Amino acid sequence: MKLITAVVKPHRLDEIKEALQAFGVHGLTVTEASGYGRQRGHTEVYRGAEYTVDLVPKIRIEVLAEDDDAEGLIDVIVKAARTGKIGDGKVWSVPVETAVRVRTGERGPDAL
Amino acid sequence: MASAAITLAAEAPKLSAANTGFMLICSALVLLMTPGLAFFYGGMVRVKSTLNMLMMSFISMGIVTILWVLYGFSFAFGTDKGSLIGWTSDFVGLSGIDKGALWGTYNIPVLAFMVFQLMFAIITPALISGALADRVKFSAWALFVALWATVVYFPVAHWVWGEGGWAFDLGVIDFAGGTAVHINAGAAALGVILVIGKRVGFKKDPMRPHSLPLVMLGAGLLWFGWFGFNAGSWLGNDDGVGTLMFVNTQVATAAAMLAWLVYEKIRHGAFTTLGAASGAVAGLVAITPSGGAITPVGAIAIGAIAGLLCAMAVGLKYKFGYDDSLDVVGVHMVGGILGSLLIGLFASGKGQSDVKGLFYGGGLDQFWKQCAGVFAVLAYSLIASAILAFLLDKTIGMRVPEDDEIAGIDQAEHAETAYDFSGAGGGAARTTVPAAVGSASKKVDA
Repeated sequence: MKLITAVVKPHRLDEIKEALQAFGVHGLTVTEASGYGRQRGHTEVYRGAEYTVDLVPKIRIEVLAEDDDAEGLIDVIVKAARTGKIGDGKVWSVPVETAVRVRTGERGPDAL
Repeated sequence: MASAAITLAAEAPKLSAANTGFMLICSALVLLMTPGLAFFYGGMVRVKSTLNMLMMSFISMGIVTILWVLYGFSFAFGTDKGSLIGWTSDFVGLSGIDKGALWGTYNIPVLAFMVFQLMFAIITPALISGALADRVKFSAWALFVALWATVVYFPVAHWVWGEGGWAFDLGVIDFAGGTAVHINAGAAALGVILVIGKRVGFKKDPMRPHSLPLVMLGAGLLWFGWFGFNAGSWLGNDDGVGTLMFVNTQVATAAAMLAWLVYEKIRHGAFTTLGAASGAVAGLVAITPSGGAITPVGAIAIGAIAGLLCAMAVGLKYKFGYDDSLDVVGVHMVGGILGSLLIGLFASGKGQSDVKGLFYGGGLDQFWKQCAGVFAVLAYSLIASAILAFLLDKTIGMRVPEDDEIAGIDQAEHAETAYDFSGAGGGAARTTVPAAVGSASKKVDA
């Protein structure tokens, strides 16, 4: 199994969710996050005082997938998340040892 | 405040139900300004000190009300003693004031005048709080409010508005409190912050407002309540002066908001909501002393000048390195000075009195009188407030411990959190949410 993590622009969340549903993903976890990459932050001005806001709001999406599905799933997320402008985010995957569905106790791919 | 000098009619005035009703409504409007101010300031601080900022204003409604009833009204509006302070023993505890007794030559009850003036005494110390954001022990602030009202506000109100007060006798024009309220509070703020120092991280950490919608709400409530503050200060509406004041209040505020926004757009590239709210307040401050003496076109000029110069003045704190956290000096002191001095130029002779300013052929006579009022109050308030802050700091201490300030004064002083962020928070909020739930429960238990 793989854990796929995507940190993307918040307004792409709905697109990504729909694309993942179409792909056949049954569940995912979304967290509000903040961070920066090459995009860096932006400048705000309050009564003439300028503040550089480094951390930009992001959405962190986590999905568990079977090994065979992982690459396809990553492509789906990347396609749905892309705007082509700087700050679109990152997607990565890591191996997962096991997963358990809490309600039934099923383990491994059956738990997905 | 209205000059009582013109007493042509010899017969005793009769109570006017219309004016009395008007004054009670105005009193309620002025009271509403204090919670409005609390929101205006509360939205401007970081999330961790929101409640403290709200409470610093709110507590004034408790403390000053009691002091005013006990002796404040007597100090400010009792029989003059040496042009410096008033005293009428019947006013103490309001015990000797008959409910039907009329105020001076006016046709409203003493109690109506008393309660209207009480609302001014409440908001003036509250105005100071904006400069002291995030760092002052609540007990020290409460004590400061009581002492400052007693030593500074009550006497200064007497100087400016009390029959026999020296500024009143000199002919200083202060319709609704440019000097007694705004310069007074602004100078006090400056005096206190010079003693207590800066917030931890001033000029280094981003200290952006946590809720501009709250700031806008507060500015709106201030604008609304200010009609009572200004128009009510004529103590009735028999001759239209109060109505002129009402109109000029609207006009100057509009002009000031626009001037601030235009300056900001040119200088910083954006029309900000904080600029709109601040500009409006700057205009309200500047029209407060002047609105009864000038024409609506004069109000446009004074409003625009105040909006522009206050927008420039708020940057000075970074240059000089004093932490006037929410720009009480930059908006209220500067705006108050502008409004008070510009009377000397813009007084038309057709408003509250026949005094004319420079632009209407009256020369500079009134301007020099305005200068005397402005700088005497400024100096007295600045020095007295600095001394009070110094004494409190040396005895009970003015500031919370640095750790509490960093973690957030709301938790340390009020054992509460303004907003429940237990769900997901935004990026900025994450770093400023008061960290320790543990310390809150400890505080509650103790």
